[in-house]
Amino acid sequence: MSSQPEPGAEPGSGRPDVLVHRLPSFALPFLALLCDHFTVLDPCTDSPDEPAHAFLARRAGLTRALVCVGPIPLPADTLRLLPSLRLVVATTTGVDKIDLRECRQRGIAVTNAGTTFAEDVADYAVALLLDVLRRMSTADRYVREGSWLKNGDYPLGFKLRGKQVGIVGLGNIGSHVAKRLQPFGCDIAYNSRSKKPSFPYPYHASVHDLATNSDVLILCCTLTEETRHVIDREVMTVLEDRGVIINVGRGGLINEKELVQFLMRGELGGAGLDVFEDEPNVPKELLGLDNVVLSPHSAALTPESFEALGELTVSNLKAFFSNQPLSCLVQGE
Amino acid sequence: MHVRPPKNSQSKDFLQMEGIGVLMTCPMFPYLEQELEQRFHLHRLWDFPSRRRFLEAHAGSIRAVVGDTKVGADAELIDALPGLEIVATFSVGLDKIDLGRCGEKGIRVTNTPDVLTDDVADIAIALMLGVLRKVCGCDAFVRSGKWKSGDFGLTAKFSGKSVGIVGLGRIGSAIAKRAEAFGCPISYCSRSEKPHVSYKYYPTAAELARHCRILVVACALTEETRRIVGREVLDALGPEGVLINVGRGAHVDEPELVAALLEGRLGGAGLDVYENEPEAAEELFPMDNVVLLPHVGSDTVETSTAMADLVVANLEAHFAGKPLLTPVI
Repeated sequence: MSSQPEPGAEPGSGRPDVLVHRLPSFALPFLALLCDHFTVLDPCTDSPDEPAHAFLARRAGLTRALVCVGPIPLPADTLRLLPSLRLVVATTTGVDKIDLRECRQRGIAVTNAGTTFAEDVADYAVALLLDVLRRMSTADRYVREGSWLKNGDYPLGFKLRGKQVGIVGLGNIGSHVAKRLQPFGCDIAYNSRSKKPSFPYPYHASVHDLATNSDVLILCCTLTEETRHVIDREVMTVLEDRGVIINVGRGGLINEKELVQFLMRGELGGAGLDVFEDEPNVPKELLGLDNVVLSPHSAALTPESFEALGELTVSNLKAFFSNQPLSCLVQGE
Repeated sequence: MHVRPPKNSQSKDFLQMEGIGVLMTCPMFPYLEQELEQRFHLHRLWDFPSRRRFLEAHAGSIRAVVGDTKVGADAELIDALPGLEIVATFSVGLDKIDLGRCGEKGIRVTNTPDVLTDDVADIAIALMLGVLRKVCGCDAFVRSGKWKSGDFGLTAKFSGKSVGIVGLGRIGSAIAKRAEAFGCPISYCSRSEKPHVSYKYYPTAAELARHCRILVVACALTEETRRIVGREVLDALGPEGVLINVGRGAHVDEPELVAALLEGRLGGAGLDVYENEPEAAEELFPMDNVVLLPHVGSDTVETSTAMADLVVANLEAHFAGKPLLTPVI
């Protein structure tokens, strides 16, 4: 027997309910900011021992807005526990874990992080590329373990100038990457859903074509049905044994099992990976490779990004509750 | 396999060169050794138990020295080689060569400028990103399995941070262009203000350090620039500041630097060079706000090959009586 859901806010308090949907281990850094403006329902802290679906059924029946934090999935099952939901504010740019079809059918608007992370992710993509080519992390390890003293000079890396760099996905992040790489003397080309006339570099209609003409691929695109495993065996084969893949998009863009095989067999030059198919699990074979640089999905994580994200989140929630237009809309109502 | 030159008018010069004694001071690059061996009579200093034993055996036959940043040509060596005509260094830096002595004796000196500018500038940017974004620490975090227990945390944004460059020569300018693409405001200090340069000039390294978040040392090592980064500059950089050194270890007062980092008076450091290589400031090994590289600034396959080709080309030009390609004196 279902009980009447309790209202989340006192009548007339002027502080509407916002549900925070997150993994227990994933605190929302701007929670305090949200509490300044809204009544925050946070099952992880409000009722940690209660199963999430029970909490939602009991408390969130009238909740109209939800903040979806980081990598937590938002499947149809969960959405169906929220009959009054009209808005999902994602704190990430990628929304591949949110059931967009269910939202579309219910007329629930979805917003994402827009460009808040673009610069920081682009910076990290360049950092990974420099690290893989110049072997920075392995060289740093070499020094710290005393090998420079014992074994002498460190093996040579590879020059960046003159390398053909193919950018997969020319959105905000991809454009920022291209801008940063330009003075390094790389030859830049790209693939994207559509050609960008204002972008002065060669366009390739398919990722395979792009890879045929590239020494390096930098993955900056969103994960969708079309882009899942876009980096497959064929693409890795044409990159050849000097080829380098940098991924700051989503793990699902690469066929990870194939990638591991190519790297283990020496059929790919190297990889810089910030994302993986099953985070935080990383294929153990990669942990032993010197031509691979790994990071824990942290390309976007700077204080400035989070401050901007906090402001964007609050601003979109305020706009929603006062019937103003939303920004960074992934899909409308 | 030795490459035979075509039989033409050049072959006479080539054959004559086979007798020319060239001394390589230390192991530096196998490709360079091979190229020198094909053309000249190559002597390897490290094959001998001591410099003295080498000199006793071969001093008279050496007409060229090929050195690098580890072992160059000091006054003692120059004086001990009566037939020395040219020193060709496998580096752009000249701090290991007694230029004064070479000048007095009419000995030519060549180096390898320009070919390594990109690589050193790239490493400077890599170090900046490495220190601020803790790239090496993140990599270690994943490899150790710690990611399964929690997140790494936030790291400092790089884009837009102010960068101050000590020395706006080829390498300094190349660093500036790269950092600009990240939206970093650029300033510099130099022996004198450079006309036609839009970056803000400061007359001293300390002034520069007061006005930037990231200070990069990219100047040549001379008497004036020895320990150009000392206590005053480090204090001016401060607990949010980062020092990047792609010059020479001797540019920095290393004990002061280590103390500043250990005591939290300096925010971080990215180092490719040290006062006493291959010793690399061991006290810094446990710190996560430093990146330590084993002097790899120009160590790419492409650049090492280009540098080697330049060394060989300079020597060939000299012994064929042709103009040197990259003379210093």
